[in-house]
Amino acid sequence: MIILRWIKHVFCYLDGPMLGLISLLLLTSIAVVFSASGENSDRMVSHLTNIGVALGAMLLVSHIPPQRMMQFAPPAYVIGILLLLGVALFGVLVNGSRRWLELGFTRIQPSELMRLALPMMLAWFFHYKQETLRSRDFAYAGLLLAIPVAFIAKQPDLGTSLMITASGFYVLFLAGLSWKVMVGAAAAAGSALPIAWHYLLHDYQRQRVLTLIDPSTDPLGAGYHIIQSTIAVGSGGVAGKGWMMGTQTHLDFLPERSTDFIFAVFSEEFGLIGNLFLLLLYAAIIWRGLYLAASAPSLFGRLLSGAIVLTFFTYAFVNMGMVSGILPVVGVPLPLVSYGGTSMLTVLLGFGIVMSAATHKKLVKT
Amino acid sequence: MLRLINPKQEFLRYRRRLEIAGIVAAVLFVALFSRFVWLQIAQFERYHALAENNRIALLPAPPSRGVIYDRHNIVLAHNFSASTLEITPSKAAKLDKTIDQLSEIVSISTGDRKRFKKMLAESKNFESIPIRNMLSEEEAARFAVNRYRFPGVEMKARQFRQYPLGDPFAHVVGYIGRIGDKDQERLQEDGRIANYKGTDHIGKLGLEARYEHWLHGRTGIEKVETDSGGRAVRTLSRTPPVAGYNLYLHLDAKLQQIAEKVFGDYRGALVALDPRNGGVLALVSKPGFDPNLFVDGIDVPTWRELNDSLDRPLINRALRGVYPPGSTIKPFMGLAGLELGIRKAGDSIVDQGYFSLPGSSHRYRDWKKDGHGNVDLKRSIVISCDTYYYGLAHQMGIERMAEFMSHFGFGRKSDIDLDGELSGLMPTPEWKKRRFKQSWWPGETVVAGIGQGYVLATPMQLAVATMALANDGVVYKPQLLRAWRDPSTDKMSYAAPRITERIKLNPEHLRLIKEAMTDVMLPGGTASIAGAGTPYAFAGKTGTAQVIGIKQGARYIESQVQMRHRDHALFISFAPADDPKIVIAVMVENGGHGGSIAAPIARKVTDYWLLGKLPAIYEPVEPGPAEIDAGDAETDLAPSEISLSSNPGAATAPLQEREQ
Repeated sequence: MIILRWIKHVFCYLDGPMLGLISLLLLTSIAVVFSASGENSDRMVSHLTNIGVALGAMLLVSHIPPQRMMQFAPPAYVIGILLLLGVALFGVLVNGSRRWLELGFTRIQPSELMRLALPMMLAWFFHYKQETLRSRDFAYAGLLLAIPVAFIAKQPDLGTSLMITASGFYVLFLAGLSWKVMVGAAAAAGSALPIAWHYLLHDYQRQRVLTLIDPSTDPLGAGYHIIQSTIAVGSGGVAGKGWMMGTQTHLDFLPERSTDFIFAVFSEEFGLIGNLFLLLLYAAIIWRGLYLAASAPSLFGRLLSGAIVLTFFTYAFVNMGMVSGILPVVGVPLPLVSYGGTSMLTVLLGFGIVMSAATHKKLVKT
Repeated sequence: MLRLINPKQEFLRYRRRLEIAGIVAAVLFVALFSRFVWLQIAQFERYHALAENNRIALLPAPPSRGVIYDRHNIVLAHNFSASTLEITPSKAAKLDKTIDQLSEIVSISTGDRKRFKKMLAESKNFESIPIRNMLSEEEAARFAVNRYRFPGVEMKARQFRQYPLGDPFAHVVGYIGRIGDKDQERLQEDGRIANYKGTDHIGKLGLEARYEHWLHGRTGIEKVETDSGGRAVRTLSRTPPVAGYNLYLHLDAKLQQIAEKVFGDYRGALVALDPRNGGVLALVSKPGFDPNLFVDGIDVPTWRELNDSLDRPLINRALRGVYPPGSTIKPFMGLAGLELGIRKAGDSIVDQGYFSLPGSSHRYRDWKKDGHGNVDLKRSIVISCDTYYYGLAHQMGIERMAEFMSHFGFGRKSDIDLDGELSGLMPTPEWKKRRFKQSWWPGETVVAGIGQGYVLATPMQLAVATMALANDGVVYKPQLLRAWRDPSTDKMSYAAPRITERIKLNPEHLRLIKEAMTDVMLPGGTASIAGAGTPYAFAGKTGTAQVIGIKQGARYIESQVQMRHRDHALFISFAPADDPKIVIAVMVENGGHGGSIAAPIARKVTDYWLLGKLPAIYEPVEPGPAEIDAGDAETDLAPSEISLSSNPGAATAPLQEREQ
């Protein structure tokens, strides 16, 4: 009886339907990673460990009330900025970009921390200002957004900086950023594109865009990824080749097949029917997430949850768009499916926050 | 400006924005789904094909080349398996270093290195290229132990072609060599290129070239699944290769070896035919060369040596050596005289040692200075009287002579199943006009009568003409191939003898000529020494072909002429004269007189063929390392009992097909 009550207490801040949907997606992930890794048991153990750790973290975070969480936001943001500064000054150069910070015992990638710290900071900012929100506060928020994005873009890490920009933008959007500003910013960005193309983008980034437009120009280099993943998706057909039967996957034609390109594996083996199932599953998670976000009592909770769910959508969309050849190859994993501990942890921590924000009803008035 | 917002209003705006975001997300997901529909339904066929292309590789399985046997199933050309060391450049570390290290384990010559470099330049990076062929067992074992040190180096079992009997057979059997650019083009034109995937050798000379289409076989295909690195993961299906046909020749290896041996140090050619079917029993061109040198690419110095040698070993004298037939033409001329009614058996002339055209003082000399006195047709052959034929030719005229001779194959290719044969020359006034834009001189007819002047013939043509005589006018196409076996059906097919000419000849005339030729071999005849003591009736005719012209009034003195300027000795024969089983034409370069040098060679060959008698210098045939497929032997034929293989219905069809 006590145990039962204890269990109930442990899980009380989780949302049942959401947990069910996430579990379904994680089961799919286990099956696909198993196939993509070529039944590599080491990789499976590590994948299952990642999932376990991330679920534990999600459970833990779900117990933290939003107002407590809010207190973490400014320090987390400041530490994040300092670490990014550290990366810019002392970072380790890997493959031409400076993303990692050597701490002696381990290496960390501070941009990963920013994935949550930034929307938290922005949500905190709007929550703090909710009584006295001025138009120029959006400008301050924009500055808060721009600082880490600039650091990350400089590393350079185009994918992460775009994703972090997106997550910050979602907070601003949900906080009521005026349409005029958005249209104006979009127009400005559009006109700045040629300048960015020539002066801001690195060669490899330009190459990625160019090979997206015509992958066949570089079939053995940068185009190879897109060509092979498109072949994998297309050859899956309606019903797919069957689990563990994907020829592109198992004969080593697909690059990065258990991480960024795992969707090609799934698509090849489960076909259009599988894709439909996966899209519906994502849609359901997003639907439930937005529902939970809307039911959060505090503004901080609502903004942060909404941004987390919309970022989750963005990851899924960009990844599948990239693998199926309609978006450029940016290093974005398929959330909750790709192999990789950091992504798994970040995404599930996010969902922990979403559930916590929705389930902690008693809010202390500030 | 301070925005005072009522929380409820604020919440409603938040809801609205969330809904907008949700709708945008939904729209984007629908867009994504339509992309999937496009890729997985509309473009499925294309991507399916691309994936299959990625996955499936067709590997050729080269067939094993047909074996060539002589008439007694002695192997003349066969394959054996041996280990080679091959390097795949894309997988190997630094090539030069790898080869240097390999050379510490197995011996690698500079020739091996050169060949490797050459093939490397021609090949693709992922193809394996042999660095060393035919490893000894010891070397193979040494490499096996050290294999881990050499990534990208593999030991493979390859089939090699070998010609166990070597030099004497080079011109007949020929050899195979690496497929060159020209071969490649020809294969492309013939549409045979696909069948040569995985094969890197092709017949270049002799039977290997002529019967390439039968010897090669059909290349099999192995459908394998490969990974992105091109490694075969598993075999999906396999069409096994079909081995090439085994060829069985009329040629008798022992006879060929004997014939080659009895030439001694002389250069020359010998053709032995079976007059009953045209089968080529021996075809010698001396000196020969070792065909094995060519199989894996001959090195330049050796090739130069062969090509530049004064002895011209690479030329098949039997088919490509054209010589004035000299006196060997006399039996045919005599027969022409009889058949055309110009001479009668009893007619005789008085030979004073020369012939002059009416109204001319120019003397056409007999080889005997003072002449032979009274000479009739028979005696003119036996003693080889020139004067008789000067007059006969003049009376006959060049046109009639050429017409008659052409039926015996002069000036015409024999159509033997070997490539590159020359057609010799039987001149006519039209030919001279065409060739030199000059009219024909009567004197040119006179010298043509003793087989000099413009008349040229190959040893093969002399043999064919002799066969026509021996056969009473029936001429068979000379044929090396006697039979072939398709290994897929194991059915033996026989090449039918083909008659190319039936010359209508008066039997009385023929009898006279044959008697005269028999008398050539008897005391009083020009080849009496070579003919002495034969238990069979031996018919022959000697000949001498001038190498350099002799000035008017000068005489040919053998001892004063340099060896290479000495006359070519010629001899044609058939035996037994009453029932011919073997026809021989011999040409000995710079041999001097036909009777003393060429005729004894024919005698020894005939002795072996009819009596089984081995010449003193003969060493026995070594069959070589090949196992002789005893099952193929129908019967161990005695040399003189030639199986007349006639199965016309089955055999002619493929032959005709080839000849088109």
